[in-house]
Amino acid sequence: MTAVHVQRKAFGSLEVLGDIRFTVAPGQTLAILGPSGVGKSTLLRIVAGLDPDFEGRVRRPERLAMVFQEPVLLPWRTCLQNLTLVHPDLTEAQAMDLLRRVGLEDKAGVFPGQLSLGQQRRLALARAFAGRPELLILDEPYVSLDEATAAEMLSLTRDLLREHAPATLLVTHSEAEARSLANRVMRLDGSPARLVEERPFRPREREALA
Amino acid sequence: MTDIRHAPRPHAAFLPVFRLPLERLASLGALLVLWLVAAELTGDPTVLPAPWEMVAPAAKELASGALPFHLGMTLWRVAWSFCLAMALGGLIGFAMGRSERVDRWLDPWLVIFLNLPALVLIVLCYLWIGLNETAAIAAVVLNKIPNVAALIREGARALDPQVDAMARVYRLSPLTRLRHILLPQLAPFITAAARSGLAVIWKIVLVVEFLGRSNGIGFQIHLHFQQFDVAMVLVYAFSFILVMLAVEGLVLQPVERRVRRWRAA
Repeated sequence: MTAVHVQRKAFGSLEVLGDIRFTVAPGQTLAILGPSGVGKSTLLRIVAGLDPDFEGRVRRPERLAMVFQEPVLLPWRTCLQNLTLVHPDLTEAQAMDLLRRVGLEDKAGVFPGQLSLGQQRRLALARAFAGRPELLILDEPYVSLDEATAAEMLSLTRDLLREHAPATLLVTHSEAEARSLANRVMRLDGSPARLVEERPFRPREREALA
Repeated sequence: MTDIRHAPRPHAAFLPVFRLPLERLASLGALLVLWLVAAELTGDPTVLPAPWEMVAPAAKELASGALPFHLGMTLWRVAWSFCLAMALGGLIGFAMGRSERVDRWLDPWLVIFLNLPALVLIVLCYLWIGLNETAAIAAVVLNKIPNVAALIREGARALDPQVDAMARVYRLSPLTRLRHILLPQLAPFITAAARSGLAVIWKIVLVVEFLGRSNGIGFQIHLHFQQFDVAMVLVYAFSFILVMLAVEGLVLQPVERRVRRWRAA
């Protein structure tokens, strides 16, 4: 179980986050919506343990994975090495399976700089699922992709989420993305920002969207 | 190979391959011609011998074993100084680039040592440590550390914070971080430091040998300078330049090509 309780987060005298509490259960996907600059990424960095400078408490599982706004690959290592170096337990065959799963099986020996942005993001997605994460954090993973590529990535993410069922925290400013992936949607708003629960989707609505 | 794919005009594709060595050869030929003309104009082999007049003394030094011995001594000192200066300068530069506190403390030292003439450091090392090998190497290393540190500091400042965040989220081991995250990012700065380092170090080693050692290329140049033997001075200087060109072409450039592979791809 992932339990987050942020009481206060400030940069100097600028208070960014107010009192924020939420939990994400295994297999559950929580989407956090909000306008840009409201502090979504700040919240994610706190949840991921990248920013320890806040008041509050975060309980997170052992195995963590994150898909960043940029792909953040190692451009000086091949696609295959980008999986096997980050996850030393992963065998080469398993890494190849994963590349196949995201449609990059013919790119194993290629450097990330030779991939398109959509392919780089798919590799970042494969890297995230490779460690069988208990908590997966997705920080605007489809930003700056064209519509077709984004839709393709979205359905790939949905399939992978179904297969691996980690607790997932998705941050996005797109309502459609949130609705297509999440069981629960919250909205981050105000200054300092707080979380407001959105009405949960009815099952019929979810089916219609899926 | 890549030239052919990206060349705007097909006939231009193969030209650079041939042009580069040709230009280099022509440029070296021009230097040789300049030397010939100068030697002809001086007309005195004791002041400036013609190129072929150096073959005999060079052969003599090689046969007697003097040239290999002194060259070996100098190379040994260069290797020691190079490794020590790269290691210490790299560590200091990295610490300065990563921590603003360390940078504030050490930056004034860096400025002072960068501007201290090599000769002053050499003389002081000999005066304080004595006329021995430790003093010689220490003098060279102290001369080179500030340059290496200044270069590596820039590299450490330019490290990508996003990759660092990724490494922390996925809990990469310290060794993996060093080999696959830190060193690839620092590689261009390390090779720049190595290249300028090697060029500067061997010159300082020669001065150190000139002033206070009884072997090495610098000592031989000192000896032949006192005997006004220009040919021998040139023989020893050229022997070292040849070795350095070989190191550049056989070691530095292949290594650099390897670490830059991903950029060219």
